[in-house]
Amino acid sequence: MTLISYVLYFAVLTALGLGLAVWMRCVFEARIPALAWVDRIVLRSAGVNPDRQMSWTAYAMAVLAFNLAGFVLLYALLRLQGYLPLNPDGIGAMSPDLAFNTAVSFVTNTNWQAYSGEAQLSYLSQMAGLTVQNFVSAASGMAVGVAVIRGFTGPKDGGLGNFWADMTRATLWILLPLSIALALFLAAQGVPQTLLGAVKATGLEGAEQIIARGPAAAQIAIKQLGTNGGGFFGVNSAHPFENPTIASNIAQCLSILLIPVAFCFLFGSMARDRRQGWAIFAAMGIMLLAGVAVIHFYEVAGNSNLGIGANMEGKEARFGAMLSSLWAASTTAASNGSVNAMHDSFMPLSGMVMMVFMQIGEVIFGGVGSGLYGMLLYCIIAVFLAGLMVGRTPEYLGRKIEAREVTLAVIGFLSMPLGILVVGAFASTLPSALAAIQDPGPHGFSEVLYAYSSATGNNGSAFGGWGASLPWHTTAIGLVMILGRYAMIIPVLAIAGSLSRKTKAEATAGTFPTHGPLFVTLLILTVLILGALTFFPVLALGPIAEETARVAGQSF
Amino acid sequence: MLTHLRPAITLTLGFTLLTGLAYPFAITGAAHVLFPAEAIGSLIEKDGVVIGSALIAQSFVGAGYLHPRPSASNYGATPSGASNLGPTNAALIASVAERRAAYTAENSAEAPIDAVTTSASGLDPDVSPENALAQAARIATARGVDRGAVLALITKQTKSPLLGLYGEPTVNVLQTNLALDAEFPMPLVGG
Repeated sequence: MTLISYVLYFAVLTALGLGLAVWMRCVFEARIPALAWVDRIVLRSAGVNPDRQMSWTAYAMAVLAFNLAGFVLLYALLRLQGYLPLNPDGIGAMSPDLAFNTAVSFVTNTNWQAYSGEAQLSYLSQMAGLTVQNFVSAASGMAVGVAVIRGFTGPKDGGLGNFWADMTRATLWILLPLSIALALFLAAQGVPQTLLGAVKATGLEGAEQIIARGPAAAQIAIKQLGTNGGGFFGVNSAHPFENPTIASNIAQCLSILLIPVAFCFLFGSMARDRRQGWAIFAAMGIMLLAGVAVIHFYEVAGNSNLGIGANMEGKEARFGAMLSSLWAASTTAASNGSVNAMHDSFMPLSGMVMMVFMQIGEVIFGGVGSGLYGMLLYCIIAVFLAGLMVGRTPEYLGRKIEAREVTLAVIGFLSMPLGILVVGAFASTLPSALAAIQDPGPHGFSEVLYAYSSATGNNGSAFGGWGASLPWHTTAIGLVMILGRYAMIIPVLAIAGSLSRKTKAEATAGTFPTHGPLFVTLLILTVLILGALTFFPVLALGPIAEETARVAGQSF
Repeated sequence: MLTHLRPAITLTLGFTLLTGLAYPFAITGAAHVLFPAEAIGSLIEKDGVVIGSALIAQSFVGAGYLHPRPSASNYGATPSGASNLGPTNAALIASVAERRAAYTAENSAEAPIDAVTTSASGLDPDVSPENALAQAARIATARGVDRGAVLALITKQTKSPLLGLYGEPTVNVLQTNLALDAEFPMPLVGG
């Protein structure tokens, strides 16, 4: 029965992804005249000629300029929200360090939440601040994703495209229509969408209850579709107002992976060799399923410390262990970070799977656009390793992979250990940072490790007991989110720029094919060796130590 | 960088108007027209007073009512919250044992796992059918009715998994308690 549920779920997801990829290609190649006409008007009014190709440096500068403008506007909104309209619950300004953290978090598509939405954000900040970045930070990632695909697959000197055009098209014709449909579905399921403030209720036994609500459905739709993940309410998609029914849960869970899955097929389609897209999809899918299996096993088996039955601490009754496990794996594989159960209370090895998914750089479907370009870095390393083994110059999609590309790919990867191991080491030793830890024993260390893995991977989920609002961490995490986002975007655009200037060679008998099972296996091994082994020692101190203690019957 | 300044600022402001104001306002309008009750939070009124939301747990301690799952935020809906305690945390293990003892004493029944663990939101509106059925005897005694009648009512209130494949069967606590009050009013004295 469980198996049928999973098979049906992933079949539907794959079918939706295949369909969306066709639409995405039409959008990014401006094939629909009516839509292209609207794009042109919008872009002309911003002083942009959408047909003008950008060099990789211009593309990167445009991303940075756009994200900087978004950061400034969002920071200002959060600091001034107390004086601005649409604030029925009279919420005051955010502190400077928290506003910095929050603004970076949403601009980098991380949506790390060091605040609680219903208590610290006005409706204006939620709508004109966070919702906007939910759209455009996602669109920025998608634009970079498409630019990188063009660099890898396009004709020689075909260019990377135009950032402003790609970002605008992604927002207007992909994210917005999908969000409208999902928001209305969620509203039908019971997610509130109102500008009325909190309501006071007098319970059946006379107890008073203040029920926070707000324009939630619109924001939740884009938070899932854009792999953002920042909830309207503090407990995110576990809140019965964010995720009231099993149907709303399935719709949101599918939305988390939808665009990242479609990106695999878009890649194959633009490469004019669908097998290339399927190969990447297969590698990602196999790793995702392995993770789902591990988390499902441990959560259904439950915690013998608490009694017989599934591990229901920090889970909602309507979702149970299965839908919570599926969500936990999906949200950490895609760099979404929304939660429908509390990751801090998952079993130790379930937590470890989630950490590994983030530490390898969010490449198992990953963020919209960013998951694919992250995986393409691994593809470069994989063909490089294969080339070393057989003694041939490595090629990917007919283009020679040389020292420059490999060096840039390694620079991209270095951001992960730098943010997680180096900054994380300070965060787990400095006395001023240690106050954030809630749980004693190895689990306390897992909380720090999870936080820095999530921030550097631009995921945004957390072991929620950890005190993320400590100023030391709001600042440090703000910085590693910037590192995790841009130290990946810039090298990957540079690689795309460099590849797009190379001649495409025809495949010969000696070419290593990058589609069959051999390549998929090699790609998975590369991810595991390069990504996961870097973090094995530190995982041994956290989740592995905790699991060993648990099996031995020890508590802390 | 300077050449990028104009599009950066224009498009940031333009998308703020479109996705930050027009989009949420349009969804708000549509939701209020299409799903008026859901849009404002699925509130339940009784005699003109809001008694709660069908989606949000509230505290019940009386013997005649179905009790919700434990809440780390004490059923406070502003802000919501979970325990976030790790699986090997001694404090968690101790409070679960305490709740189990209290549940068994109150209901003379073994506590199902969802009755002793705190939910993710602190506002979980549902309990498992096992949990609800285990409370039936206590509810029946307090209301002076037959246990079978309470069991039948709980079974009627039980929602099944989606398509029989996804999610868990659940019983909504507030709606069940309203149904209990309607079908088996509390005796005026005792209970």
